[in-house]
Amino acid sequence: MSVVPFVNALLQVRDLSVAIEDGPEIVGEVSFSVLPGEIVGVVGESGCGKTSIATALLGDSRAGAVISGGSVFLDGRDILALTEAERQKVRGAVISHVAQDPALALNPMRRIGSLLAEVLRVHLPDLGKPAREARIAEAAADVGLPATREFLRRFPHQLSGGQQQRVLLALAVLLRPRLIVLDEPTTALDVTTQARVLATLRDLCRTRGIGAVYVSHDLAVVRELVDRVVVLYAGHIVESGGRDQIFESPAHPYTRGLLDAVPDIAGRHAVRPIRGHAPALQDRPDGCRFAPRCALASASCAQRPGLRETGRDFGDRRLVACHHPIRDRRDDTPIASRLISAAAVQPLAVLEGVSASYGDSQVLFDVGLELPKGYCTALVGESGSGKTTFSRALVGAVEDVEGTFDYDGRRVRLSGERDIDLRRRIQYIFQNPFRALNPRQTVGQILRTAALHFFPIRSADADREVAEVLERVALAPELARRYPRDLSGGERQRVAIARALICKPELLICDEITSALDVSVQAAIIDLLRQLQRESGLTILFVTHDLGVVRAVADFVAVLQHGRIVEHGPADRLLDRPEHPYTRAPIADSPRLRATAG
Amino acid sequence: MATIYSEQKPPAASPPWADENAADEGARSERTRLRLPAWLPWLGGRVLSGLATAFVISILVFAATQALPSDPARVILGPDATEASIRTLQAQLGLDQPILVQYAKWAGRALTGEFGVSLDSSVPAGQIVADRFGNSAALMAVVLAIAVPLAFLGGVALAIRRDSRADNWAMNAIILFKALPAFVLAIGLILLLSTTVFPILPAVSLLDPEVSPLLQPVYLVLPALTLILTVAPFLLRLVRSAMIETLEADYVAAARLRGIPERRIVWAHAVPNALVPVIQGIALTSRLLLGGGLIVEVVFSYPGIGNALNAAIEVRDVPVIQAITLTMAVGVVLINLLADVATVLVTPKLRTSSRPRLRNGTRAKLKLKAGGV
Repeated sequence: MSVVPFVNALLQVRDLSVAIEDGPEIVGEVSFSVLPGEIVGVVGESGCGKTSIATALLGDSRAGAVISGGSVFLDGRDILALTEAERQKVRGAVISHVAQDPALALNPMRRIGSLLAEVLRVHLPDLGKPAREARIAEAAADVGLPATREFLRRFPHQLSGGQQQRVLLALAVLLRPRLIVLDEPTTALDVTTQARVLATLRDLCRTRGIGAVYVSHDLAVVRELVDRVVVLYAGHIVESGGRDQIFESPAHPYTRGLLDAVPDIAGRHAVRPIRGHAPALQDRPDGCRFAPRCALASASCAQRPGLRETGRDFGDRRLVACHHPIRDRRDDTPIASRLISAAAVQPLAVLEGVSASYGDSQVLFDVGLELPKGYCTALVGESGSGKTTFSRALVGAVEDVEGTFDYDGRRVRLSGERDIDLRRRIQYIFQNPFRALNPRQTVGQILRTAALHFFPIRSADADREVAEVLERVALAPELARRYPRDLSGGERQRVAIARALICKPELLICDEITSALDVSVQAAIIDLLRQLQRESGLTILFVTHDLGVVRAVADFVAVLQHGRIVEHGPADRLLDRPEHPYTRAPIADSPRLRATAG
Repeated sequence: MATIYSEQKPPAASPPWADENAADEGARSERTRLRLPAWLPWLGGRVLSGLATAFVISILVFAATQALPSDPARVILGPDATEASIRTLQAQLGLDQPILVQYAKWAGRALTGEFGVSLDSSVPAGQIVADRFGNSAALMAVVLAIAVPLAFLGGVALAIRRDSRADNWAMNAIILFKALPAFVLAIGLILLLSTTVFPILPAVSLLDPEVSPLLQPVYLVLPALTLILTVAPFLLRLVRSAMIETLEADYVAAARLRGIPERRIVWAHAVPNALVPVIQGIALTSRLLLGGGLIVEVVFSYPGIGNALNAAIEVRDVPVIQAITLTMAVGVVLINLLADVATVLVTPKLRTSSRPRLRNGTRAKLKLKAGGV
């Protein structure tokens, strides 16, 4: 494959590959380029090799992996061909890196000022103290941080998440590099902080002509920020091109599937999962790596498709690695949301005056909420707003709680013992499917235990129930004999849902159940929940911080801030015309996949 | 190495923003002016709980010696004494009084260092403890002064060269030393250094009680060497694993990607973060040395506190047993206190907080990490 170099490209990556030492390839044949002032998004799901590419651009690989080939030309110099000492000089000064989790990427033992000064001392040893301080003040101003003495004497734990991320950005721009590599820098931030950090970044790139490689799994952020997109799947580039081309008419089936899987706050669209899941490193197929999950796969897909040019508009090269590229625009008509007729809405659960505390700190203040029967209510709020406490109180798992709880016309105590029937009727699904399943039991045993606990049935009947419930959550019956460790994240979450369903519940409490999953898997879980709701009229309380997911699943939304409900109403009304300022900010700041539906 | 410590200025100098939202400006400026460290109330609480522990231990020590099957009066007077003389002595010793009164009197005297007279040698028990404890403390100080720097540098060096051939060999040697019981090591060293092979050191530590043991180094070498060889491998493994963990941390990777030289990364970024487990490890070792020097003291006839306790138990010398166990217990409490204070001081997050919370189970985890003691 010949890559016609951009005449004035700042960064040129050619055939870069990273592999496990004496093992399989993590990424291979990665080629792309970045122009000065341009932001290029590298997107893909977990395990596709994004982070490996990000560090390889600086000539680094994590322990156990090696950069096995290719070249990374920055300003005409091959970073990979430099000696270790030369590379140290380049890192931070010419090309810098911003890591994923700011809380982990800042040394807890070092003051902010000392970290900033260290970079200058190492790279510019001739700089005097006043000059150093001036440079630090300048970088702090660039990223919107105060450069006061007091601030620079703080330790990382004395900063907010947004400030920590800005400190990382300041460290990255301190030496005025030509290129910044950002590895999911905003995943740990709330949407409002994220929007501000992204705006800062965009400004820096535009005004200074700094090029940026933005690695992310969040397609909405990428659409708002970048100029060009590189889509990765299982270690290979499947498609690259201008942002608008990729988002409006993706040519690779995977890109299209990924876009269809992302729930978008801008409007309710059918969320379509990609079937199956991404292959593990050692199980990647020889031919087209996406073929086993692709609806268009044919015999020719047993041969690896090369990255070929499919079109060029406005000077942007469009490359696709597929034997069956799709040419038409993406079908993107919003689906109608479920009509809510006032007469049909009957509350299954009514909570009033719920207050809860842990020790001295009160978490919930006089919360009142109705959960309409047969509908999905989303409970949203920042971390620490009391979402999880509230949902745990519903199942009686919070000790220090007051308030009234009317369930199905019956007054129920919020704390203390509950009868077995009530416990069966309200089921809880946890956030992290990796920790919610007993690792010593097979899937079948996990499900049987729940069934035998609640129903006086014989063992053979329980086995039949298990088979039935596995079918309902679209898992193969053979899975009953497997252990949770053999399953993927999406499969585990399905088992957790199955464990709730086998109890024949009326109210399902889903606590951030998709946040640990990839988008394509998340779409499948959302799909499953909606289907279950249609079939059996389940009432769902869906706890989440992701407003896109809210748009995709919820009929009603309640917004929780500092333990109080500040806004509550039908999902479409609330997301399109939020009334409370606290709700308005995150909705306005949420990145969108589509131009806002009017 | 100056860079490691340059960041850890006296905590009093750091403004205590424990809670940046709650603290209003007035209170903040006042606190800054007074320069009171935020963790001071915590320290007060910690000292109080240490005192409470010591009190509980004193009750246990007293109760345990009460539970001993023999009667001190009978031990003193021997098997031929008459019932009347035994009763007289019991009254003299206060053994006929209610047990609470006995405890109160004993505890009151113990506070002033007065534990009564040794039943065996008629010397005040406090005097025996002071002498013997001094000898043990000298030995302990020598061991720590050599083992800690050795383990620290060795552990850092091995962590940097992890999985290299040198690392593998060193780890094997360390496991070998850990597997050897201390007395085997001691006897091996005697055979090697004070008998036929190299007869250069005395096999028995015949310390002159009038002179500090530190001035008689020839008697200290063998016991100290044995203890160093038992203790240093444990500490070294601890340092190594703590360093490996921090060298894999995200902030170390981030520093590397900023072009910080490797040397600086090790000493200025990784080592400070590895200090906490090492401090707790040193405390663990000190506690071990406090009581666990016994075997080594017996082998070399070193007149330390372990030997004294052993001898006192053999002759049911109750005052000495009480004095020694109580001193050792208070020593352990003190070591824990110092280790926790040091931990808080080297951890910015803890020392800027008004309620530092050391994680539970840190010590248990340490033992696991270093592969047991």
